Amino acid sequence: MSKPDTHEPPPGEITPEPLYLRRREFLRNAGLGVLTAAATGAGLVALTQGGPGVARGGRKDGPAPEPAPPKILGRYSTDEKPTSYEDVTHYNNFYEFGTDKLDPAANAGRLRTRPWTVTVDGLVKKPLTVDIDQLLKWFPLEERIYRMRCVEAWSMVIPWLGFPLGDFIRRVEPLGSAKYVAFQTLLDQQQMPLQRSHILEWPYVEGLRMDEATHPLTLLVAGLYGKALPNQNGAPLRLVVPWKYGFKGIKSIVKISFVEKQPPTTWSIEGPREYGFYANVNPDVSHPRWSQATERRIGEFARRKTLPFNGYGDEVAQLYTGMDPKTLY
Amino acid sequence: MTPRRPPLPWLKPGLFVGGLIPLAVLVWRAAHRTLGADAIAIGLNQLGYLALVFLVSSLACTPLKTLTGWTWPVRSRRMLGLFAVFYASLHLLTYVGIDQQLDWPVLWGDVTQRKFMVVGFLAFLCLVPLAWTSTDASVRRLGFQRWKALHRLAYVAGVLAVVHFTWRVKSDLRVPLTWAAILGALFLVRVADAIRTRRRKRSRQPVAARSVDLESAGRPASGA
Repeated sequence: MSKPDTHEPPPGEITPEPLYLRRREFLRNAGLGVLTAAATGAGLVALTQGGPGVARGGRKDGPAPEPAPPKILGRYSTDEKPTSYEDVTHYNNFYEFGTDKLDPAANAGRLRTRPWTVTVDGLVKKPLTVDIDQLLKWFPLEERIYRMRCVEAWSMVIPWLGFPLGDFIRRVEPLGSAKYVAFQTLLDQQQMPLQRSHILEWPYVEGLRMDEATHPLTLLVAGLYGKALPNQNGAPLRLVVPWKYGFKGIKSIVKISFVEKQPPTTWSIEGPREYGFYANVNPDVSHPRWSQATERRIGEFARRKTLPFNGYGDEVAQLYTGMDPKTLY
Repeated sequence: MTPRRPPLPWLKPGLFVGGLIPLAVLVWRAAHRTLGADAIAIGLNQLGYLALVFLVSSLACTPLKTLTGWTWPVRSRRMLGLFAVFYASLHLLTYVGIDQQLDWPVLWGDVTQRKFMVVGFLAFLCLVPLAWTSTDASVRRLGFQRWKALHRLAYVAGVLAVVHFTWRVKSDLRVPLTWAAILGALFLVRVADAIRTRRRKRSRQPVAARSVDLESAGRPASGA
């Protein structure tokens, strides 16, 4: 290749050819090296940040709203420090919207919580279908600060806004033959995209024994932190049973049925050896794949010991006298 | 025996830096508290996932060469394997030191009662001797055949790692099963290639000559 003969520099300034070629080769190799590093790094970061089954973590968006501590702590509320609103609303298991903890916050926006009706049927004197806003006028909402222990060995402290499920049950008057209460989440593939997958059987169903359901600790919840429940936390109406693992707290309830026999529950269908009907928090009964002896309180570094019945043993242990605690997982 | 093409001098430095980028991102996000609510669990999961990605990548080198004739993957295999051990070690140390904070009763329960943990730990144990014998000197000391046989442990580690991943997930198996499928495909290529090589050898050699030739047949093929 010949050089164009315009403005030829003085011979002293011309880089000797071998050096020039080496420099070019060096630059080429350096460029390819940087490209390789960038492509490898970007690929690996993309792999670890995405996809179900790989928790990818989240960014904090905006300042967390001020926690609104209640003026009077009811006898059932804990005085432990509530988990931040940001974490409560951005670290969720709600598989209808995705299996990563951040998916529900990202995807639950498409859930329409109004109009919404709740149907009550089965062994009950007053079967009915009621609009959610009507239902919420039946009972005064009260704040309860509860511990929430997930079966995955992490926990939170959440200021819920709700009313005792027992009050609701007394209002609809179940028949004497009703021994259990069964709950059902909305089934709608348009609004809940993961219901198209087969990762669980849909719709999500849960159940409680009648004495568990009418226990004063058991809540139907419509809000948290003094505000309406965010969609990712189970709007417009969810169950909270603080002495049981979190998956018992079924979200976005559309149906409550009174039945005679123990109803099927979603996670015990998925893994009968791993998730039982009772699912009472018990540090002495390990999940087959991990220990339940300790838990990490979200926002804390060190693990803390898990308490039997999640610390609510004084209130609820008598519900299970005579039963083998090993079978109550 | 050695590839005639000049080695790609940019490949290994590029892979080396690139392989450290996800760790840098993880450390950066941990330091800036942007890993989300349960940062320890997320760090733990990402480190384990990176170990798996590198392990499977290192296992893909020979099948890639079989399919395409490319030799550059094989030349970066050692680095990929060492990255796998590196991330597996960080994964294990994070679990023992940061997640469980040296809670020995729980850790003892993990390796005696929980098969999910046992399988992951075994995968790690498989990788240790491979890292230890990853130098050229080790290949010479062991002899290529023995070295090669030892390093087939990498496949065992790969299977154990995928099982560990599969058992970790609560119900959504799509990602772990994708990796199981990739691993299965790599196995298929290797098995098919082994069968093909044996057939070719047999058809080329007269029956009488085969027994004589067996000794020299043990020589390493190029870079395999």
